[in-house]
Amino acid sequence: MSVDLEKLAQEEYKYGFVTDVEQEIAPKGLNEDTIRMISSKKNEPQWLLEWRLGAYDRWKKMKEPRWAFLRYPKIDFNEISYYAAPKSNPRPKSLDEIDPEIKETYDKLGIPLEEQKMLAGVAVDAVFDSVSVFTTFKEKLAEEGVIFCSISEAVEEHPDLIRKYLGSVVPRGDNFYAALNSAVFTDGSFVYVPKGVRCPMELSTYFRINAENTGQFERTLIIADEGSYVSYLEGCTAPQRDENQLHAAVVELIAHDDATIKYSTIQNWYPGDKQGKGGIYNFVTKRGRCLGRSSRISWTQVETGSAITWKYPSCVLEGDDSVGEFYSVALTNRRQQADTGTKMVHVGKNTSSTIISKGISAGEGQNIYRGLVEIGKNAEKARNYTQCDSMLIGDRCGAHTFPYIEVKNSTAHMEHEASTSKIGEDQMFYCRQRGLSAEDAVSLIVNGFCKEVFKELPFEFAVEAEKLLSVSLEGSVG
Amino acid sequence: MLEVKDLHVQVDDKAILKGMNITVEPGEVHSIMGPNGSGKSTLAQVLAGRETYDVTGGEITFHGKDLLDLEPEERACEGIFLAFQYPVEIPGVANTYLLREALNAKREYREEKPLKHIEFAKLAREKMKVLGIDEDLLKRSVNAGFSGGEKKRNEIFQMQILEPSLAVLDETDSGLDIDALKIVADGVNSMRDSGRSFIVITHYQRLLNYIVPDYVHVMVDGKIVRSGGKELAQELEEKGYAEF
Ligand SMILES: Nc1ncnc2c1ncn2[C@@H]1O[C@H](COP(=O)(O)OP(=O)(O)O)[C@@H](O)[C@H]1O
Ligand SMILES: [Mg+2]
Repeated sequence: MSVDLEKLAQEEYKYGFVTDVEQEIAPKGLNEDTIRMISSKKNEPQWLLEWRLGAYDRWKKMKEPRWAFLRYPKIDFNEISYYAAPKSNPRPKSLDEIDPEIKETYDKLGIPLEEQKMLAGVAVDAVFDSVSVFTTFKEKLAEEGVIFCSISEAVEEHPDLIRKYLGSVVPRGDNFYAALNSAVFTDGSFVYVPKGVRCPMELSTYFRINAENTGQFERTLIIADEGSYVSYLEGCTAPQRDENQLHAAVVELIAHDDATIKYSTIQNWYPGDKQGKGGIYNFVTKRGRCLGRSSRISWTQVETGSAITWKYPSCVLEGDDSVGEFYSVALTNRRQQADTGTKMVHVGKNTSSTIISKGISAGEGQNIYRGLVEIGKNAEKARNYTQCDSMLIGDRCGAHTFPYIEVKNSTAHMEHEASTSKIGEDQMFYCRQRGLSAEDAVSLIVNGFCKEVFKELPFEFAVEAEKLLSVSLEGSVG
Repeated sequence: MLEVKDLHVQVDDKAILKGMNITVEPGEVHSIMGPNGSGKSTLAQVLAGRETYDVTGGEITFHGKDLLDLEPEERACEGIFLAFQYPVEIPGVANTYLLREALNAKREYREEKPLKHIEFAKLAREKMKVLGIDEDLLKRSVNAGFSGGEKKRNEIFQMQILEPSLAVLDETDSGLDIDALKIVADGVNSMRDSGRSFIVITHYQRLLNYIVPDYVHVMVDGKIVRSGGKELAQELEEKGYAEF
């Protein structure tokens, strides 16, 4: 009758199905021809092809970073295919033109593409492997001057904006995975919110990996012009497979004077099985520049999926009085490993940043918080508050925190709090004494632990996140 | 309804209960008194199913079922409620949320329909009024930052909502001022009926002026050493536990 907190049952990953569509898949391997092929598929201008090739040159000279607290076999970049797209109509103008199989896939994922079936007030860009298959509410958003489309479309339709901003936050040689992405990125979303506009809907992108042996190289760019506001959310799932698959994304955010960008992620890539077989390798560079005065960028992430997560959504606080925020819940169960955190780089005066990180480890999961707070020499009166809490469920999992602080201005004000706790046997017993099952008790306690982060999510998604957390914890008690 | 026979319990190889016996019939209120460390809380926790205690001998039957066979949540659903001596804090979980989940778990166990939000809110408001609990307390995280008195009152509030058939109150009176004590006692007395029983664990006779027990037991070193009626409490108050 004992609760064995360690016993891990093999639960179902709900999104592990494969969609049977005819796809065009590029042969495996990475070379200049691969890049030319991608670029020509997307009708790109010459400058962009050259930009990609330049990134590739740098990437070839770079070494895969190994400083993270992650263990995984060497990735053979020639064993991956860099492009996969459904053979049907590549850019449907209306819903009727979308392959019904693909439409059904999004229905199954709970993201119906019919506008009237959508969550009220949410526009969706649906990315399927290497291409965006549909974007909803484009016209409605255009009435307000908001551009919301796939990045491929933006390259064709809004070349000036792309040329001005692409790589302006994450330079193409920034790091190994960013360079790789810059060379071979395929699709992702593009958002531009004009001056003074409060985007009337939540924008979101749903990333779906479907094809086998294919990497997904997502590129997203969001620009909030002076005094504008946008809230954006991304969701991700992938089929259940024994082989690992690579997802290497770059996301760039730019906030001008008085602009606010709220960027939320619910990451639920296939995590692999109990033995650690399969699952997505998620190597992501996300960074925002608070360029303008009193601008604000807020990252909220709920990371429950992927076999490997390597991800540090960051803010460069250039504008005076700008604000950067990072709210994170990362859960590792089974053999999942996450090395995640943030960088807050204070450049301007009176800049402030808040970091709240909640790491939950269960099963044999490893959860690492890695964060850097850097106060530049001109960042007068910069403030940072960091709170970093870890919770352990069972005793075969691990949690580690690596907070780095670099202060070059003595007027900075820094606060740091950290805690590590085992999920309380006393809390569990208290809940169970009141009638809750062990599993419900764990989920209730963990959700409570994550409350401060969930309350940052758009309401509809907060409910989703709580459910997801409960599902991801299934089997963490037995 | 409850029969504890020759119960032996140990923690980390240390014997704590050493042949404990008690029988509680429906509608009865039993009080267990005894010096600190005699094993009162241990008994309470073992009845509720705490796994940190090893039951090495004896048996417990509850409504004819072998209680030791049941998980803590099954015991709760069968009607056992423990008002904790030290109620546990659960940050981020609203007090009402836990309670609604708990009530609905119990209803599901009995194959009843879950209560809707408004139905639950109505029920909670009724009970809160009786116990003089602020609506605010419902929204706060479970016991987090509650004063000692608030925690104890919250336990009684939970008991009122969950309507157990056997409630074990572990030093619910400690740390309460006289007004709070009366509220707690009223909360208990209002629930007394022919089907519901209470085990009231206390260190002091004071509470028993307000919750008048049918039986008083003295527990020393893991055993009941003497049992009697309510007058025994008065006697203990005067003489202390020295004679045992
Ligand atoms: N979890 C535990 N681990 C170790 N010893 C315990 C534990 N619980 C109780 N004890 C010991 O058992 C004895 C009885 O404790 P308890 O049941 O709390 O007594 P009471 O409630 O009568 O004061 C004490 O000596 C106490 O130290
Ligand atoms: Mg005690």
